[in-house]
Amino acid sequence: MSDRLIVSSSPHLREDTSIQKIMFDVAIALIPATIASIYFFKAPAAMILLISIISCLVTEIVVQKIRRVPVTIHDGSALVTGMLLALNLPATVPLWLPVLGSVFAIGIVKQLFGGVGQNFMNPALAARIMLTISYADRMTGWVEPGVDAVSTATPLTYVKDFTAIQQGAPSFVDLLIGNVSGSMGETSALLLIIGGIYLVYRNVITVKIPGVYILTVAIATLLYSGFDIQYMTFHLLSGSLMIGAIYMATDYASTPVTPRGRIYFALGCGILTATIRLFGGYAEGVGFSILLMNTMVPLIDRYTAPKVFGEVKKQNA
Amino acid sequence: MKVFSFKGGIHPPERKDYTAHLALEKAKDPDFATIPLQQHIGAPCEAIVNVGDLVKVGQKIGEAGGFVSAPVHSSISGTVKEISMKPGVNGEVLSVVIESDGKNEVHESVQKKGSIETLSGDEIKEIIKEAGIVGMGGATFPTHVKLSPPPEKTIDTVILNGAECEPYLTADHRLMLEHPNETVSGLKAIMKVLDVTTGYIGIENNKPDAIEVMQKAVESEENIQIVVLQTKYPQGAEKQLIDACTGRIVPSGALPMEVGVVVNNIGTAYQIHQSIETGMPLVERVTTLSGGILKEPKNLWVKIGTQINELVEQCGGFTEPVGKIIMGGPMMGMAVSTDKLPITKGSSGVLFFNREEGTIPEPENCIRCSACVDICPVYLQPLYISAYSLIDNFDMAEKYRPMDCIECGSCSYVCPSKRPLLQSIRIAKGEIQARNRK
Repeated sequence: MSDRLIVSSSPHLREDTSIQKIMFDVAIALIPATIASIYFFKAPAAMILLISIISCLVTEIVVQKIRRVPVTIHDGSALVTGMLLALNLPATVPLWLPVLGSVFAIGIVKQLFGGVGQNFMNPALAARIMLTISYADRMTGWVEPGVDAVSTATPLTYVKDFTAIQQGAPSFVDLLIGNVSGSMGETSALLLIIGGIYLVYRNVITVKIPGVYILTVAIATLLYSGFDIQYMTFHLLSGSLMIGAIYMATDYASTPVTPRGRIYFALGCGILTATIRLFGGYAEGVGFSILLMNTMVPLIDRYTAPKVFGEVKKQNA
Repeated sequence: MKVFSFKGGIHPPERKDYTAHLALEKAKDPDFATIPLQQHIGAPCEAIVNVGDLVKVGQKIGEAGGFVSAPVHSSISGTVKEISMKPGVNGEVLSVVIESDGKNEVHESVQKKGSIETLSGDEIKEIIKEAGIVGMGGATFPTHVKLSPPPEKTIDTVILNGAECEPYLTADHRLMLEHPNETVSGLKAIMKVLDVTTGYIGIENNKPDAIEVMQKAVESEENIQIVVLQTKYPQGAEKQLIDACTGRIVPSGALPMEVGVVVNNIGTAYQIHQSIETGMPLVERVTTLSGGILKEPKNLWVKIGTQINELVEQCGGFTEPVGKIIMGGPMMGMAVSTDKLPITKGSSGVLFFNREEGTIPEPENCIRCSACVDICPVYLQPLYISAYSLIDNFDMAEKYRPMDCIECGSCSYVCPSKRPLLQSIRIAKGEIQARNRK
C-alpha cells in the first residue's frame, strides 16, 4: 500500500464513449455523401470542403484561446460543423464564403454560447441561413453536376407552386444517387440515408427524429397533391430534407432531450418544412424549419418532461 | 421462457466470469475481529461486553439501540481487547476488537430454535431480530423492521432479490447454486411472518444455472415462483424489481409496502434459515472478492470483522499495484481509503482496481445527448438536476425531482462527456434534505 488509494463517488465504471467517438461517427457517416459531392462537383467542391473544415478548426482554436479555455478541437465537433457547412453550400461559391460561414458558425453560434453542447442552434445550419439571407445570389448559384458548371434550377423548383411534378424534372434515380443540382451534400438521398443507417447502428441517433420529420413531410405532400405518390417521393428525395432530417435535426445540443419532446420537435420541423415548401416564398424550407424549432427546444423540453417513476397526481387539497 | 424487466437501464460489462464458477470457500478465521457496533441503518448498538471479557461465537456483544437497529454478535471466540473508534466504510465507528483464542467455541445461546412449520410468525420475527439480521444485499436495513408493516398496510407478496445486477458480484449467485433449499426455506419463513401466500424469486437470465437449481427447489412449492429477469442494470433496484415481478408501481416517495410488497435479498433469506435451524446469529456472510488485479478472485464465507487485507492475502495478493478498493459493486459501491476495514453485514463484495481502472476521466461539456434521460430507471432528467446543482441553484434543481433518484449511477455510466451526474445529484439531495429539516 505504497500509493494512496483513489477515492471517488460511485459509479466506478464508465461506458467507453466520448464526444470524440460520437463526432467521428458523424464524420464517418458523412463520408459517402462527401465523396459523392466531390465526384459530382469536382475540384471546387473539394476546395470548399477543405477551406470550410480548416476555417472551422482555426476559428475554434482562436476563440478558445481568446476565451482562455482549453482548446477542444480534438473532440471532432468543429470538424463535423466544417463538413456540414460545406455540404450545405453550392459548389460555385467563392472561397471566402465558407470562411465567413465557419467564423459565424463556430465563433458566434457555438463558442459565444459556451462551446460544444451549448449552442441553441445548429451552427452549420445557422451559418447556411445567414449566408443565404446575406448573399442570396451566390448561395443560389446552382449548377448541374459535371465540369462545365451549367447553371440550372434545383429539383424543388419543378414542384414549387405545383401539385404535380413538372416536365424536365430529374428522375428518381438521379435524385437517389445525387446526379442533380443543389448544395454539395444534399444531392444524393441514398448516400445520406446510408450514413444515417450507420448512425442508427452506432447508437449515435435514433430513427425517431428523422423518421417523424420525413413522415410528416410525406403525409403533407401526399395530401397536398391529392395522393400523388410520385409527387410525394419527389419532395422527399429533393432539397435538404435528408441531410437536414438525418444530420441537422438530430444535433444533440439544439434538440430536445425528452423522448416525447423529440417527437414534437420532429413533427414541428416537418410541418414547417411542408408549409414553406408548399405555401411559402422559398422553394426549400428545411433550414428555416430546423432553426425555428431549435429556438423552441427549451419550451418543448419543459412541457414534455417525462413522468417520474411512481408519480401520483396531486390530490386537490 | 418469458423474461421480465423494467423500462430504462443500462448494460454494463458483467465481469462475473472471475468468480461465478468458483464454489464458496471458507475464509481463514481472523486473529483479530473488528466488529463495528453499527453495521445497519438505524441507531447504533450499545456494547454489552467490556475490555477483558471472554466471548464466544454467536454471543451478543452489542444490544440494539432502538427498534430500528440490530444487535451485533461476536464472530469468533476470544478476548475483548478494545472498544474504540475504528475506521469504517462511512468514517470512524465504535467497534469491538476481539482477539481470537483459536478455539471457535460456540456460545450456549446458539441453539436450534425450532422449525418454520412449528414456530409462529411472531416467534420467527423475534429470532430474526435477535440474530441481528439486516438487508444483506448492501442496504443493511434491519430485517425485522421490514417485516413489521403498520397494521393498516396489507402485504400480499414477498420478493426475493436474486437479480445481482451489479457487475463482478457473484455472492448471491453462489448461494442460490449451493444452498437453494435453505434460501427457499428462508423465503418461506419471511412469508410466514408476513402471512402472505405469494412469493417470487427474481433472477437475471445471465444465471441460467441458478434459475434451474432454484426452479427445482420450488417445484413442490405452490406459492413460490421463479421470475426470470432480463440482465440489465439496475434490475435489482427494489422498485424496478417489483415492477418487473408484479407489474406494480411503487408511488414516488413511498415504500414497497404501499403496493403490498416486501423485498428481501437472497443472502438475507439464507441467513434467516440458518438462524432458525442452527440458532447462529449473523456472524458470517458470503463476500465476493474480485477484480482484474486480484491473483485468485474468490467467493468467501467471511467472519464479520475480518479485515480486507487478510482476505487479499488469501486471494494470493495483487498482480499489480492496487489503485482503488470498492466495498460493494462497481455501480453503487463505496471507494474506501484503506484496506484495513472490516467486512460487515452489508459487504456483498470487495473489488480491487488498478489505478487506470480506478481513475474517473475528466469531464467535458454536456452535449445534451440525452443518454441520461433515455436510460434513467426512474425517468428523471439527470442533466438538468446536475447543471443546477453544480451552480448551487438547489431551488431549480429540486424542480427536477432529485429526491426520486435511486442513485443507481446509470446516468454517470452512460455519459459520453463523463460528467459527474450522480455525484452532483447527491449533493442536491443532501442540500434539499438539510433545508427541509430546518
